[in-house]
Amino acid sequence: MARMRKLLIPGVDKTLLVRDAIKTMPDLTRRRFITGGASLGALTLLTGCDVTDSFSAEEMLKQVSKFNDGVQALIFNPNAMAPTFPESAITKPFPFNAYYDLDEAPEVDGKTWKLEVRGLVENKKSWTLDELYQLPQVKQVTRHICVEGWSAIGSWTGTPLRDFLKLIGADTRAKYVWFQCADKDGYNSPLDMPTALHAQTQMTFKFGDEILPRAYGFPMKIRVPTKLGFKNPKYVISMEVTNDYKGGFWEDQGYNSFSGS
Amino acid sequence: MSAVTVSDEQAVSTKPKVIQPAWVRALHWTNAVAMVLMIMSGWQIYNASPLFGFTFPRSITLGGWLAGGLLWHFAAMWLLMVNGLIYLVLGFVTGRFRRKLLPITPEGVISDTKAALTGKLSHDDLSKYNYVQKLLYAGIIVVGILIVLSGLAIWKPVQLQYLAALFGGYEGARYVHFFCMAAIVAFMVVHVALALLVPKSLRAMIIGR
Repeated sequence: MARMRKLLIPGVDKTLLVRDAIKTMPDLTRRRFITGGASLGALTLLTGCDVTDSFSAEEMLKQVSKFNDGVQALIFNPNAMAPTFPESAITKPFPFNAYYDLDEAPEVDGKTWKLEVRGLVENKKSWTLDELYQLPQVKQVTRHICVEGWSAIGSWTGTPLRDFLKLIGADTRAKYVWFQCADKDGYNSPLDMPTALHAQTQMTFKFGDEILPRAYGFPMKIRVPTKLGFKNPKYVISMEVTNDYKGGFWEDQGYNSFSGS
Repeated sequence: MSAVTVSDEQAVSTKPKVIQPAWVRALHWTNAVAMVLMIMSGWQIYNASPLFGFTFPRSITLGGWLAGGLLWHFAAMWLLMVNGLIYLVLGFVTGRFRRKLLPITPEGVISDTKAALTGKLSHDDLSKYNYVQKLLYAGIIVVGILIVLSGLAIWKPVQLQYLAALFGGYEGARYVHFFCMAAIVAFMVVHVALALLVPKSLRAMIIGR
């Protein structure tokens, strides 16, 4: 834990991180906000309605969140680049953040790991790390923004995802690229195709010019500077090009699915 | 909308004078609901990564946990923004802002502040704001605009990066957003306290007269 604490940045509530972790468990406490929310929502937004009827604030909030997905997709400008920073602006130490402690983070063997490619692609061959390392790489120094509010500037180096999608003959008219991760709880996250094709969306193999350490997602992370941090999956093991919305680890628990920045 | 035209006329007929026209009342109470939802869900979001060495008690936050707070915040923001836009448009178009809030002179503010503090400020005519009211009501409109703009900058620091830059970037916008919230809460405390001290002003905001 001492090591953990050092890696956290000031301003990040540690107890909250732990609480967030607990919240990932499929228990009923997380759903309490619905009960609290339902009565308040009914009282405040629908004054005059019967508070005890079947109206669900949760349902209304879900619908608005879907609406917000649409609004964000509309205002997403594929040519707008996330601001970049000089190396001197990099946050040190860059925070480790997950719903588990660092010593519980996935430990991936780079020698046996393969990136599985599925779905609407011409070439479904799996890729070894050595093969991926051969692809041209670019570096970006951008701001990582967490859904919790804190942010940190980091340096990520890797292959633009759009180059890789082209290489494997992906159908870029498909709606999503869906990533799955090595986390034992099966972390996954969908990325809308326009964002997947954004010039700064990257298959990341290095952090700060060093091979991506375990803390930041070895062997591969998807760096998306136009999305909140939870939509930047780490320890990626497969990607699927698909028209189906397959949900995501945090998305399914209520975080807005588009979560663009 | 006929209420608009009679609103600030001197009482011409036997009809009692309308102090707060219907559109002002409707927008005021909608704004009150939106503000309370935004502030309580905003405290929930703040607690996930506090800017300062304190968090808001769970009992006064909305949403149960971060995702719930965010869902409320990004739902109520539409209510706040649409309602606020209508208010700004009508405020300018009807001339209400000009009539009610201008002019604001430093001398007027100073003398009315003195009068208020010595208990000599009159509330005989509720349709006329004194200089302290003018300053606070005009000021809170500016704060309202700032909190929406800084909120948009936090929500879309890439798509709206020029807006975010005006606030000193993403992190700067978080602080501006927080201090605007603090200003609004402080305003609300004084505003509600004074409305309760002068109940006829509260009545005017409910039934118009």
